[in-house]
Amino acid sequence: MSRKSKTIKTDFLARVEGEGAMLVKIKDGALEDVQLKIYEPPRFFEAFLRGRGFTEAPDITARICGICPVAYQMSAVRAMEQACGVEVDGQLRALRRLLYCGEWIESHALHVFMLHLPDFLGYESAIEMAKDHRDLVQRALDLKRVGNEVMTVVGGREIHPVNVRVGGFYRSPRRSELQPLVEKLERARETALEAVRLTAGLDFPEYDYDYELVSLSASGEYPVDRGRLVSNRGLDIDVTEYPEHFVEEHVPWSNALHSQLRERGAYLVGPLARFVLNYELLSEGARAAAVEAGIGPDVRNPFRSIVVRSVEMVFAAEESLRLIAAYEQPDRPALEVVPRAGVGHGATEAPRGVLYHRYEIDAEGTILDATIVPPTSQNQKAIEDDLRGVVARYLDLPEPALALRCEQTIRNYDPCISCATHFLTLEVERS
Amino acid sequence: MSAKPKLAVWKFASCDGCQLSLLDCEDELLALADQVEIAYFLEATSGVVRGPYDLSLVEGSITTAEDAERIQRVRRSSKRLVTIGACATAGGIQALRNFADVREFLQTVYASPEYVSTLDTSTPISAHVPVDFELNGCPISKAQLVEVIQAFLTGRRPNVPAYSVCMECKRRGNVCVMVAHGTPCLGPVTHAGCGAICPSYNRGCYGCFGPMETPNTVSLNRQLRVLGMDGTGLRRVFHTFHVGKEEFEEAPRR
Repeated sequence: MSRKSKTIKTDFLARVEGEGAMLVKIKDGALEDVQLKIYEPPRFFEAFLRGRGFTEAPDITARICGICPVAYQMSAVRAMEQACGVEVDGQLRALRRLLYCGEWIESHALHVFMLHLPDFLGYESAIEMAKDHRDLVQRALDLKRVGNEVMTVVGGREIHPVNVRVGGFYRSPRRSELQPLVEKLERARETALEAVRLTAGLDFPEYDYDYELVSLSASGEYPVDRGRLVSNRGLDIDVTEYPEHFVEEHVPWSNALHSQLRERGAYLVGPLARFVLNYELLSEGARAAAVEAGIGPDVRNPFRSIVVRSVEMVFAAEESLRLIAAYEQPDRPALEVVPRAGVGHGATEAPRGVLYHRYEIDAEGTILDATIVPPTSQNQKAIEDDLRGVVARYLDLPEPALALRCEQTIRNYDPCISCATHFLTLEVERS
Repeated sequence: MSAKPKLAVWKFASCDGCQLSLLDCEDELLALADQVEIAYFLEATSGVVRGPYDLSLVEGSITTAEDAERIQRVRRSSKRLVTIGACATAGGIQALRNFADVREFLQTVYASPEYVSTLDTSTPISAHVPVDFELNGCPISKAQLVEVIQAFLTGRRPNVPAYSVCMECKRRGNVCVMVAHGTPCLGPVTHAGCGAICPSYNRGCYGCFGPMETPNTVSLNRQLRVLGMDGTGLRRVFHTFHVGKEEFEEAPRR
């Protein structure tokens, strides 16, 4: 069997956000090539942002991704505020973090239960899974809805929120508007804790990889909306230094640019990186859940990211509860931001990992140049490295099982292809 | 053999947000799955059931030669085809390319533009195949999506009002942000459906549900100019997610 040459291909990857394919070429029983193909058509956001107003960036860039619009809005406002010399703090910042926690809960619940868990339990979809586990799927949907409700109260709606602006918000919610979320978030925390126990008991393929893990790091808090960029191999830089340390490369098989650390190569962003690098900063309940689940900062098996995402859902629910308990409606919904010529950088933790924006604006606030590096672009090389590792280990599996294992490897990253194209289908060629 | 009607969800150039709206129907999703067979929906399931499909929901705009062919196949395999969202209905924000040099766009974003194949335009689905119903919004409203699916399942026209955001705003009891606060607002010319969210958050409507039927942009522009908006301001506010709709594309010059 293993001497055979063949090609495994999946032309349309399912349960990922966006359009992509996978190609694995096996020659004389050895792995020859792996490509994660992203054919999602490009939409040219960085090009048509030129000439637009600096205040338009949060609403326009939100449209890059319907799954994580808050991440785009947050990185955009952070970059514009830095360019204009404004720092948004206090309760306005707390509201941003709360909005972001809502997106983490919604996005993680979608991925853990609807996109990833069916792989482990042997279903095509959560809807098929619901035929045997209706109660579980409904509770998962209820958890997801709480994330959406947080976004709706703070942001106006869950997809492409309307309330975010450079400097803060159009209207800050009253305490009485946030209060009804408390009971729901407490239930969400319980469901998230159940998710940690459930996912910790799954069967995981044996596969560890020594990644360079990159995430934001902020003193005294689990990183969400700000911080320095750090790694487990000594990277520790201000966001403004991003362009000096990271490079994007265009490969022929992908409409998404591949991102690398200069002279170091592939790296990994996302829940696994955040968890490993900021383990001590998780909320108490989230860390206790991780301990009970038997995962700690030494976790390097990407298939276990489903447990990490569940731990982060516990964190996001607890953090939301903390932020609401401490909330006092600010005097003004936004700080005044006066444009000035300059460059601004913004990096925040999208559910899938670091999302970097850089803008150059003129004195009137017109955007002269825009660079956006989404998490999936940054993870493409690591995904291809994992595919090589997983195929090498499971080369003797029969074809359908190997193809499924490869797809599952890709789904470990919750790849968002719409984001990355500015993504995917599996092809395995054995010749 | 299943006797349930087959539902398919297709994606073209888009952000995935409108198909996510279906998964965001947390209260209705499992009940809907009892009523219909979700036969093709790559974002949610790796299971693929062959067509023909009773109802196809199409997200995204046509921006590549391959997609221009694919939409023909989707139409042929669909009894009813409904577009969901601004991209499928108007071309989306990526239709800004229709008014620019795409070569230049490619060079701005990609180091090796020769690796990318793309058309010069982003066009709505209706520019390529007959469409049975168009649902507006960037993103669409979940309630309207559920209404449209239910309507097609029972063979009636969807109850989706064609009036402007102003009607929803009045019903919500909002103070008019344009009259009371002098905030520029596209509510008077924008298709209803969102529930007047922006004015409820002290913000002027930014037109994400696209033009209503026969919008009076001449009259609105007069007021927007009084409120201090210049040519650039008008162009920016109309030329966003529905720049592909003539009514909004022409509006800044009226």
